[in-house]
Amino acid sequence: MSLIEITEVKKRFGDNEVLKGINIDVEPGEVIAIIGKSGSGKSTLLRCINGLETIDDGSISVAGAQLLPDELHLKALRLKVGMIFQGFNLFPHLTAGRNVMLSQMVVKKTPKAEAEVMAKKMLERVGLGHKFDAYPDQLSGGQQQRVAIARALAMQPIALLCDEITSALDPELVNEVLAVVKELASEGMTLLMVTHEMRFARDVCSRVVFMHQGRVHEIGPPEEVFANPKTPELKQFLGVTH
Amino acid sequence: MNDFTTWDILRNLLLAARWTVLLSIVSFVGGSLVGVALLFARIGKGRLGPAFARTYIELFQGTPLLMQLFLAFFGLGLFGIDVPAWLAAAVALILWTAAFLAEIWRGCVESVAKGQWEASSSLGMGYLQQMRWVILPQALRVAVPPTVGFSVQVVKGTALTSIIGFVELSKAGTMVTNATFEPFTVYGFVALIYFCLCWPLSKSSQILERKLNVAHRNH
Repeated sequence: MSLIEITEVKKRFGDNEVLKGINIDVEPGEVIAIIGKSGSGKSTLLRCINGLETIDDGSISVAGAQLLPDELHLKALRLKVGMIFQGFNLFPHLTAGRNVMLSQMVVKKTPKAEAEVMAKKMLERVGLGHKFDAYPDQLSGGQQQRVAIARALAMQPIALLCDEITSALDPELVNEVLAVVKELASEGMTLLMVTHEMRFARDVCSRVVFMHQGRVHEIGPPEEVFANPKTPELKQFLGVTH
Repeated sequence: MNDFTTWDILRNLLLAARWTVLLSIVSFVGGSLVGVALLFARIGKGRLGPAFARTYIELFQGTPLLMQLFLAFFGLGLFGIDVPAWLAAAVALILWTAAFLAEIWRGCVESVAKGQWEASSSLGMGYLQQMRWVILPQALRVAVPPTVGFSVQVVKGTALTSIIGFVELSKAGTMVTNATFEPFTVYGFVALIYFCLCWPLSKSSQILERKLNVAHRNH
């Protein structure tokens, strides 16, 4: 059984059908890049998997647990799947360390001392152990995003969803974040990432999903998708002119 | 016949000013409590809560405080209930304050970025946990200056209660004028005392605004 099963998922915003029946199965340890033009439904799909958007049709299950729109099921799902956002969304009134500790203490009721140990460990893991007491606005964009990754990891999720996590960063800061993601991938973390970093997708991902107009247009290993695009839409997206 | 000294006038006004201060505090504290309840109703999920709170706020913001005082004072009298002036004054001011504070605070809660809700949701927090740990601490910071600023309106609002016969600073001013026939001196003092109550509040609102802004930037 797959870790994440996305079956015939449909999502509508008013009259606009953004997802028109998506099917993807993700195996444990897979790293999947979702690429496509803006408006193709990539981010919406990711947000559906985390329950930030409700789906209109189809089903999503994570590690055998069905996604249902009530608070109890959503919470159970979110404990399994972490999410990282384009805009970092750190809590600005808390230090980096507190950002990583908060949800452990509030959601999992972890004692403070234990949460602190975990927070230190996770910040260490993203190379920011020395920034425990820094506030988000004292950190660079790349550092903030790494804290956000540490915050998600502290909840010990079995998969991470990354929604264009390097798009808001200055070019020289992109690599430090991607290095952390690469590290996670090599440790066997299941990752689903919407990304515009084609080089990264080619180097690190096990499969690439090309979305077009609310559908999975092409899917396959990166060497195949990038070197040998089958549809004209993907060719155009990749800028391949034959 | 006119043997009131300036000190006599000022002393009587200051004694009455205690009631202005007390009524202001009661209105502000009571208004805050009712205001918090209104705020949660206003921004909560569901249909009844927000609809009720919106109607309440529109009613109290859309009618003069004076009419609310009259209604509280005379309205209950129609049902044979004798309402003392102090009670009518306190109830009307509390309800009026609550409407404005709830609306000020709603703006503050909604000023917190949507990403904060999403990030805390994705970490598994429930609605109340998000409110308690993520949203309200940030909203509070924004809310302090306008809330302190509004307290000035409450202090000045208490002057209207003189019309239903509650003896606070303004009413005392009228009474002292009737005895001394020195309206300019008396009302000059009344205005000065109001200013002494309100100015520190306005000033501290400005200082807090600057301080909290700086705090937000550098911690």
